[in-house]
Amino acid sequence: MKLTEKEIEIVELLEKNARLPIDTMAKMVSLSVSEVEDIIRKLEEAKVIVQYATIVDWRKVDGHEGVTAMIDVKVTPKRGVGFDEVAERIYRFPEVKSVYLMSGAYDLSVVIEGRSMSEIAHFVSEKLSTLDSVISTTTHFILKKYKHDGTVFEQGDQDRRIVVAP
Amino acid sequence: MQKTKTYVSDTVSRLKPSGIRRFFDLAASMEGVISLGVGEPDFITPWSVREACILSLEQGYTSYTANAGLWELRKEISDYVARRFHVLYDPADEIIVTVGASQALDVSLRAILNPGDEVIVVEPSFVSYAPLVSLAGGVPIPIQTSGKHQFKLQPEQIEQVVTPKTKALIICSPNNPTGTVLNAEELAQIARIVEKHDLLVISDEIYAELCYEEQYTSFPAIDRMRERTILINGFSKGFAMTGWRLGFIAAPRELATAMLKIHQYTMMCAPTMAQYAAIEALQNGAADVEQMKKSYRQRRNFFVQSLNEIGLSCHMPGGAFYAFPSIRSTGMTSERFAERLLLEEKVAVVPGHVFGVSGEGYIRCSYASSLEQLQEAIRRMKRFLERL
Repeated sequence: MKLTEKEIEIVELLEKNARLPIDTMAKMVSLSVSEVEDIIRKLEEAKVIVQYATIVDWRKVDGHEGVTAMIDVKVTPKRGVGFDEVAERIYRFPEVKSVYLMSGAYDLSVVIEGRSMSEIAHFVSEKLSTLDSVISTTTHFILKKYKHDGTVFEQGDQDRRIVVAP
Repeated sequence: MQKTKTYVSDTVSRLKPSGIRRFFDLAASMEGVISLGVGEPDFITPWSVREACILSLEQGYTSYTANAGLWELRKEISDYVARRFHVLYDPADEIIVTVGASQALDVSLRAILNPGDEVIVVEPSFVSYAPLVSLAGGVPIPIQTSGKHQFKLQPEQIEQVVTPKTKALIICSPNNPTGTVLNAEELAQIARIVEKHDLLVISDEIYAELCYEEQYTSFPAIDRMRERTILINGFSKGFAMTGWRLGFIAAPRELATAMLKIHQYTMMCAPTMAQYAAIEALQNGAADVEQMKKSYRQRRNFFVQSLNEIGLSCHMPGGAFYAFPSIRSTGMTSERFAERLLLEEKVAVVPGHVFGVSGEGYIRCSYASSLEQLQEAIRRMKRFLERL
């Protein structure tokens, strides 16, 4: 799908802030409000815009600290469906947040979120490793999130400029 | 007190302190101020550029460079000016790396002026031009452009002030404070007058990278103008490197040689670490500049349209990051408007008259602030105007 420059600008603006008011966005790209609404509707229908999500720092919420792990998975691909079938078997689990097919030393990169380490350990030993195509898994627990999807969590972003300058 | 004052030269005694200073002091003393008074990018220098500086320090590049600047940087500048602005300068003896565009201006004026020579300054203008002309022994001759012409210099205005003593003309496009950009045709008309009166042009192109509508035209790229132009540019605005203090001069050999004499005695060379960073900026910074430019353009569109909606008439500026709306409808002077807006709604803008007589009736608002800040500033300004 070929997008115009202004359509791309709109997608980029929404990607940074999905809650940007339409009238503000319309001014920024020099279009009318209804033109911007039409573009957004079109992009939603075409699934270019897939979903509007929120980045949450759960560590700040009591009782919701949670644990995230990245699991390197080696699998045996199947004739005809390649990696797709096993990938689907894995991503259907709701606790799995993302699944990527990777180049390099392993095949699938699986990101999983759980309430505790033991919950994740349980998933790996009971659900993931027992799948027929899975040859091996290596689990890495995330200790601290510095930057996620382009967003830095703890920003020292105060304006250091002097108040008035020529 | 009286005794101390006698040590100060007459030239400096006569200089007026910058009109921006008073506002700075007032705004700095208040809490919760949204400042639209800042003449610099809100971006931090791209990380790859900062990283290149750190690397140069780790490797111990801490000594002086050649007076004119690192050879590698001058070559990069020469390529950059050729690539972006289509003018050729020899890195060997036509390019000087300076401490910001401000020093470039100072060196240029001191290299060309004899006592009493006149320099035409197009106002509203950057606050330093006239004082720098005076400090170099010259006489600044202001021309007032008008909001009626979107603050574009009308060529016949030059003819009205030119005298046998006129040596040079300073132009700045995109302009601080008006954001006005002169296109190729308008520059060509100015070039004809300049040639007729045999003037030198100091072209301050520090905002050249931030030009939103059309292809930018550099003054020396106009026919026969290279030989009578001192081109000034730098890294501050386009590359978000204000604090690095790094600019450059590109000029015909004879002029560059004269300027280098002053530069070597007064500055020796520009800071070495900043020069290494600038090499990285020119080699790999284009994508960052493009991103920043896009963001400024979006904020400009939002801010200028919003100003017009709340009743402050403002032309769409073609470049830089300033909007220069008229506040005449309020019946207030620029100074009064800016002061009341600051005290009553805590929004800092710069009153237009500090940039020259023709700036009266206008205010300069920098839109190099976050969108959230701009939205809030518009809300406050709307409230302020509704109360009047």
